[in-house]
Amino acid sequence: MNQSQWTIAGHEVVMEASPYGIEKKKLGIWIFLVSDACTFGAFLFAYGYMRIGAPVWGAPFGIPSIVNGVVMTAVLLSSSLTMLAGVRASQAAQKASVKKWLAATMILGAIFAALHLREWVSLIGEGWRLFANPTGGPAQFGATFFSVTGLHLSHVIVGVIVLAFVARGYNQGRYDQSHIETAGLYWHFVDLVWMFVFPLMYLMNAH
Amino acid sequence: MVGKIFAVVVALVTLVTAYCVITHVWWMPVDISAHGPKIDHQIEETILVAGLLFIAGQIVLASFVFLYGGARGKPKQIPGGAKPLVIFAFVLVGTEILALSFIGSKAWGAVYFAAPDPSSMPIDVQAGQFAYYFRYPGLDGKFGALHPEMINEGTQNYFGIDPEHDPDAKDDIVTAEMAIPVNQPILLTLHSKDVGHSFYVRELRVQQDFVPGLDIPIHFTATQTGRYEIVCTQLCGLGHYNMKAYLSVLSQADFDDWLKKQAAMQ
Amino acid sequence: MAETSVQAAHHAAPQGFIRKYLFSVDHKVIGIQYLTLSMVAAFVGMALSWAMRLHLAYPDFRIPLLGWLSPNGAPNGVMTPEYYLSLMTMHGTIMAFFVLTAAPFAGFGNFLLPIQVGAADMAFPRLNMTSFWVTFVGFLLAAATFFIPDGPPLSGWTAYAPLSAVGSVAGPGQGLGQTLWVFSIALFCIASLLGALNFIVTTLDLRTKGLTLSRLPLSTWAWFIDAWVSLLAFAVLLPCGLLLALDRLGGTSFFIPGGLVFNDQLQPHSGGSPLLFQHLFWFFGHPEVYIIILPAFGIVSHIFPTFIRKPLVGGWKVITFAEIAVGTLSFVVWGHHMFVSGMSPFMAMVFSVPTLFITIPSVIAVLVWVFSLYGSNLRFDTPMLYSLGFVSLFITGGIGGFFLAQPSTDSYLHATSFVVGHFHFTMGLSAIFATFAGFYYWYPKMFGRMMNEKLGKLHFWLSFVGVYCVFMTLHLTGFAGSVRRYSAFVDDFMIPLMPAQRFMTISALLLGASQFIFLFNAIWSRFKGPKAADNPWGATTLEWDTTSPPPFDNFGGRQLTVYHGPMEYHGEASVMQTSPAASVAGT
Repeated sequence: MNQSQWTIAGHEVVMEASPYGIEKKKLGIWIFLVSDACTFGAFLFAYGYMRIGAPVWGAPFGIPSIVNGVVMTAVLLSSSLTMLAGVRASQAAQKASVKKWLAATMILGAIFAALHLREWVSLIGEGWRLFANPTGGPAQFGATFFSVTGLHLSHVIVGVIVLAFVARGYNQGRYDQSHIETAGLYWHFVDLVWMFVFPLMYLMNAH
Repeated sequence: MVGKIFAVVVALVTLVTAYCVITHVWWMPVDISAHGPKIDHQIEETILVAGLLFIAGQIVLASFVFLYGGARGKPKQIPGGAKPLVIFAFVLVGTEILALSFIGSKAWGAVYFAAPDPSSMPIDVQAGQFAYYFRYPGLDGKFGALHPEMINEGTQNYFGIDPEHDPDAKDDIVTAEMAIPVNQPILLTLHSKDVGHSFYVRELRVQQDFVPGLDIPIHFTATQTGRYEIVCTQLCGLGHYNMKAYLSVLSQADFDDWLKKQAAMQ
Repeated sequence: MAETSVQAAHHAAPQGFIRKYLFSVDHKVIGIQYLTLSMVAAFVGMALSWAMRLHLAYPDFRIPLLGWLSPNGAPNGVMTPEYYLSLMTMHGTIMAFFVLTAAPFAGFGNFLLPIQVGAADMAFPRLNMTSFWVTFVGFLLAAATFFIPDGPPLSGWTAYAPLSAVGSVAGPGQGLGQTLWVFSIALFCIASLLGALNFIVTTLDLRTKGLTLSRLPLSTWAWFIDAWVSLLAFAVLLPCGLLLALDRLGGTSFFIPGGLVFNDQLQPHSGGSPLLFQHLFWFFGHPEVYIIILPAFGIVSHIFPTFIRKPLVGGWKVITFAEIAVGTLSFVVWGHHMFVSGMSPFMAMVFSVPTLFITIPSVIAVLVWVFSLYGSNLRFDTPMLYSLGFVSLFITGGIGGFFLAQPSTDSYLHATSFVVGHFHFTMGLSAIFATFAGFYYWYPKMFGRMMNEKLGKLHFWLSFVGVYCVFMTLHLTGFAGSVRRYSAFVDDFMIPLMPAQRFMTISALLLGASQFIFLFNAIWSRFKGPKAADNPWGATTLEWDTTSPPPFDNFGGRQLTVYHGPMEYHGEASVMQTSPAASVAGT
C-alpha cells in the first residue's frame, strides 16, 4: 500500500496517499508561477501602455549597457543549466554533485544580481530616478525600468536565498530531491521572465 | 405553509416592483435632446425584455415552491431533463441579447459614432474640484491655448489662458454657467484640471467622464428651452456632492444677449 | 466498506491555547477564524451603512458615537460630507474584500473543502495559517484608518486615480489614509493568492480514493473554479496596488497625467494615464464580483439537493460547466465599467457583447435551481429558505445587468443609484444570503449544536423583505437620475426623492437590526443549542460522514473510499458517498 506521511504541526497523521496525487509541492509551484506570470504581465502591460502613450520615448541605452545586459543574460542562462544539472544529480542521488551544482547556480545568480545592481547604481549616478529622466525624455522611463527590473531582481535575490535554504536542508537530509526540483522550477521561471524583460527593457531602448 | 408564504412574498415583491416601474412612480425626467429618444426607446425596450424575464423567473420560482413545498411523494425530474433548459437559455436569451445589442449599438452609434455637425458651436468645459467653468471662443471663433501653470482661482483664470500674449485667447468668454441656443448642435470638449469628474445632464441623456490628461469631445443638440442641472457623477473628493452647474437652453436671440453680457463682464 | 485502512494514527491535536486556537494550522480553526473575522467586518460595514443612510435621509441627525470616533469628521456627531465619503469608501472596501470575498470562499472553503475531498488538512497547512494572518493584518490596516487624524480615504472602494494617487492635496484621507488602504489591499491580494493556490492543490492532489472530479461535491467544484479566478485576478490587483503605492510614495507617474493643478499649484507629474488604472483595476474588479458569487453558486447548489431530496436537474455537469463559463467570461468583460470613462466608444461596443453573453451561463444556473424544484420533496429548513431567497435575489440582480451591459442605456444609468441597487442584489446580498444558507447548514458540523429554527426563519423573513425594500427602491430612484456617492441631496432635482430616501433609511435600519437576531442565534446556540447528530440533514457528502464537530484529522484516521456522486437522493432514501450500496438517484 502506498503510504505517505503528513506532518501537521509536528504531529504525524498517517493516511494513504491520494490516488490522484501528483507531488503537491510541484503542483503548488506551478500554480504559483501561473499567478506570478500574471503579475509580471500586468507590470509589462503598464510599461507598454506608458510607452505607447508617450509622444517620444527615447533610447537611452548605449553599447556598454547592452553588453552588460548580454553578459547578465548569459550568466542567468548558464545558471539555468547548472540548476538543471543539480536537479539531474539529485535524481541520481549524487549528493556531492548536487552540492556543487547548487553552489554554482547560487554564484551565477549572485553575479547576475551584482551586475544588475552595478547597472542601477550607474544609472542613478547619471541622474535616472523613478520620477526623473536626465535626457529630458518622459519620466516614465525610469519608473517602468526600475519597477520592472526591480521586480525581477527581487525574484532573483529571493531565488538565491531559497536555493541556499534548500541546499542546506538537502545536506542535512531534511529535504529531498523533490525540494530541489521545486526550487529549480522557480529558478527556470525567473530565467524565462528575463527573456521577456531583456528585449523589452534593454534592446527596445538601445540607440 | 412556509412555502406558501414564500410564494406569496415573492409574488408580492414582483407585483409591487412591476407596478412601480409601469406607473413610473419615480421616473426619468423629460428628454430634451435630439438623440435622447433613441436612448429612451432602448431603455423601454430593455424594460420590456428584462421585465418579462424578471416576472417569469420570480413567478416560476414562487409557483414551484408553492406546489412542491412539503411534498412527500416519489421525486421526479422535469421531463426532458436539463437539455431544454440549456437550449432555452441559449436560444431565447441569446436572441434577446443579440436583439438588444444590435438595436442598442444603433442608439450608441447615433450618439458616439456620428460625426459632430459641421455647424456645431464649440464650447470648452473645465472641471475642477468642485466647479465647472465654460469657455466660448468669442468673435474670432478660436480658443486660446491652455497653460495649466497659469491656472489661478484668485485672478479667475480657471482655464489657464494667456490673453496678454495670445491673440486667440483675448476674446475667450469664460462663464460659470452654461447657456446654449436651442436646436443648435453643440460640440463640448471636456478637460479636467485635477481629478476625474463627470458631465451628467439627465434631461439631455448625456453622461461623460472627464479624464485628466485627455480632451474628450461630446456633441448633442438640445430641443427645448429651459434651465437644467449639470451634476458631477464621478467621485472627485469631499465637495463631490455639491459639484454642479446649470445649463440654460435659450432661444437664439436670448442666447446672443446672454453671450454679449458675459463678454462685457470679462 | 467505508474504511479501507485504519491506521494506527498516533496523532493528537495540538495542546495549548495559542497553537490550538490562535496560530493553528488546522484548516477547521482557520475556517472559523475567517468566518469570525468576516462577521466582525460585516457588522462594522453594516454600522457604516447605517450611519450613511441616516445622514442621507436626515442630514442633521446626530450620531454621538461617530462624534467620539472622529471629532473632525463628525463634529458633535453630525457627519461632514468628506466623512460620509470616508465611511462609504470603508463600507465598500470592508464588505467587498473582508466580508464577501473572505466568508463564502476562504471561510467555508477552508473548513469544508479538505473534509469534502476526504483529506486531513489543506495541502499546505502553514501557508494556510499565513493566509489568514496576512488577511487579518490587512483588516487591521484598513480599520486603523479610522483612528488616524485625517481619517479614512474618500476615493471609494475603486480608488480611481488620480484622486487616489496624488496624496493629501486631493483632500483629507487621501494622505496617510489612502496609503494604509493601498497596503491593506496589497496584503489582502497576497493572502488571497496563497489561499487560492492552496485550494487548487488540495482539490487536485488530496482527493481520497474514488473521488473523481465527477463525484466532487458541487461546493468543492465552485471553490475550485473560484480559486482559479482569484489566482489570476488578484495577481493583477497586486501590481495595480504596487504601482499606485509607487505613485504615492515613489514619485512616479503611472496613473497621473501632466498638467494637474490643485489649489493653483501645478503638480510635479507627467505622462501617466488614469485609464491605465481603470483597466488594471477592472481587470481584477469584474472577476472579483464572480469571485464573490461563484462560492455562493456552489453553496446553494450543494444545499439544494439535500432539501429537495433529489439531484439537481442536469446532474453535476450543467451547473459546473455554467460556473466554468461564468469564471472564464468574467475576464473579458471588464470594459463595461468604463463605458463613459473616455475609453474608445468602439471598445464599449466590443465589451458590451461578452457582458451580455455572460448572462447565458448565469441564466442556465438559475434555470437549473428553479426547475430542480419541479417534482421535488421540498423542505423548508432555514438553510433551504436562504437558498431560495438567494435564487430570487440573484434573478432580480441579474435583470438589472441588462440595463448596465449596454453602453446606450448605461450612459443614462451609470453612476446612478440603479447601479448601487444592481450590485447589492447580484453580488452583495446574493452572496450574503448564500453565506447565511451555508452558515445555518454547516453550523451543526462546525460547532456540534443546532441553531434555533424559529429564530432562523424570523431572521430570513425580515432580511428578505428588508433587502427588497432597500435595494429595489435604489433601482427606482436610479431611473429618476438620483446619483450615487452623494453625501447630501442639496440640489433641486433630488429633493423630491427624499420620501424614497427616508423609506430606504428606515428599511435599512430594520434590515440591519434583524441581523442581531442572527448574531444572538449564533452565539446562544453555540452553548445552549440542542446537540447535533453527525448528519442532521440526511445529506450524503463526506463532511456528514464524521462526527460533529470533526476530530483534528477530520476522520479519526479512517481512510475513505468514495463510490458515488454527491447527489444520491431519492425522496427519503439517500446514499452516502462512501457507501458501497447501489445508487438510488441513478446518476
